[in-house]
Amino acid sequence: MRRARARLALAAAALAAGVVLAQERAIPPGELKSGSVFLGSDLRALQNDDFANPGMLWVERGERLWSELAGKKTLACASCHKDTSMRGVAASYPKIDKASGKLVNLEDRINLCRTGRMDAEPLRYESEELLALTAYVARQSLGLPIATRIDGAARAHFEAGRAAYHLRRGQMNLSCAHCHDAQWGKRLLSETISQGHPNAYPAYRMEWQTIGSLQRRIRACLSGIRAEMLPYGSPEYLDLELYLAWRAQGLPIETPGVRR
Amino acid sequence: MTRKHAVAPAIAILLAYSQVWAQGESVRFEAVGDAIPRALTSEPGNAARGRSIVVNRDGGACTLCHAVPGEKNFGNIAPTLAGVGARLSPAQLRLRVADSTRVNPDTPMPAYYRTEGLNQVAAAFRGKPLLSAQQVEDVVAWLATLKEAQ
Ligand code: HEC
Ligand code: HEC
Repeated sequence: MRRARARLALAAAALAAGVVLAQERAIPPGELKSGSVFLGSDLRALQNDDFANPGMLWVERGERLWSELAGKKTLACASCHKDTSMRGVAASYPKIDKASGKLVNLEDRINLCRTGRMDAEPLRYESEELLALTAYVARQSLGLPIATRIDGAARAHFEAGRAAYHLRRGQMNLSCAHCHDAQWGKRLLSETISQGHPNAYPAYRMEWQTIGSLQRRIRACLSGIRAEMLPYGSPEYLDLELYLAWRAQGLPIETPGVRR
Repeated sequence: MTRKHAVAPAIAILLAYSQVWAQGESVRFEAVGDAIPRALTSEPGNAARGRSIVVNRDGGACTLCHAVPGEKNFGNIAPTLAGVGARLSPAQLRLRVADSTRVNPDTPMPAYYRTEGLNQVAAAFRGKPLLSAQQVEDVVAWLATLKEAQ
């Protein structure tokens, strides 16, 4: 009886949390807009043309790397993933890795396969190889809606990510929300601020003259407000990535994006 | 022994200097209501310098958010600064530039003369306000001249 009541209370709490979450979205699902909406038509056209999109070079390189043997066990990604499609996989990241219980993004997942299954060295964050493999895997979710989960062990990461997103920081004393929730669609000098979604990454940025990860983009925002940058792969970045994915729930993946 | 004697006065001088420096750099002001009535420096603000601080990317970069009279390139996050000198007194302008979170806790406008209570400031900028006391005075002097709404 007591157990049943406790369970009921728990269910009620979970329901209440769900309701709160639905109301809490600063940008309701119907108003979600990809960053590409805020680009000029030239860059948008470039992104949509598979032959002209410069990011496709990394997707093609990733496709080759997928079948390249590596590590002490001389295996390729393709050795294990023979018949399984990668379609939809990127849309579910970041997620909790069952073996370690840790929150991982797509880059980490690829490296877990390398170290755990192939006995190969992990690839460095922002290395050409890791960007290529990540872009190749993410590309296979093209057009699929972002669908991450924030229940179970992911919950605490989600809460931490939400706190990080709303933390004022840097010499300019701004939070992510100040720009991407409150001011999207407005101009910061001549640059239009988007809703700050992760659905195009890894993305090719004109300013970088190369493709870069979501974390590299976040670091660019942090540097803009003169805030400390953490090392790639820091727990705070992963938590932020999860929160960004939740905010963008339902938005179609468009990797590799093209951005200013 | 002789060396010790030579070093001691040097240290004393150094200490005296660092005290002066600390006083000069200490970021403090007294707000009364929604204003800072007392100027931050004894030297009066210079409006011409103030204008260049407002529009300069390395200065206040106010055009990131505000339209500014005479500038073609500006953001549209904030209200225009045209006419701001008629709407607000120099003392009110001073608080809004120094720390506009005192007026609106959720404002996106950076606090230009504040170093306390900030999170994760990049090492190169830690402990330094966005503008010096004199720069704040210069900016206020120029804003005060903006009497006409455009
Ligand atoms: C001062 C304003 C500002 C702040 C604060 C800010 N950003 Fe941004 N952010 C921008 C601008 C400008 C861009 C480039 C244009 C755009 O929005 O895509 C951008 C781009 C992005 C993008 C890429 C969107 C795309 O489609 O390519 C993401 C993701 C992002 N920001 C996340 C964040 C996060 C997370 C934080 C906080 C840690 C943050 N931003 C803080 C202004 C800001
Ligand atoms: C990141 C955005 C941003 C930047 C940069 C910025 N401001 Fe603002 N400012 C605002 C916003 C938004 C308001 C509107 C009031 C509020 O939000 O509290 C404002 C309000 C003001 C006001 C009060 C206007 C009124 O009519 O009440 C003054 C004065 C002002 N800003 C001056 C400046 C000056 C001078 C600079 C640069 C040294 C500057 N601002 C930089 C966003 C900004």
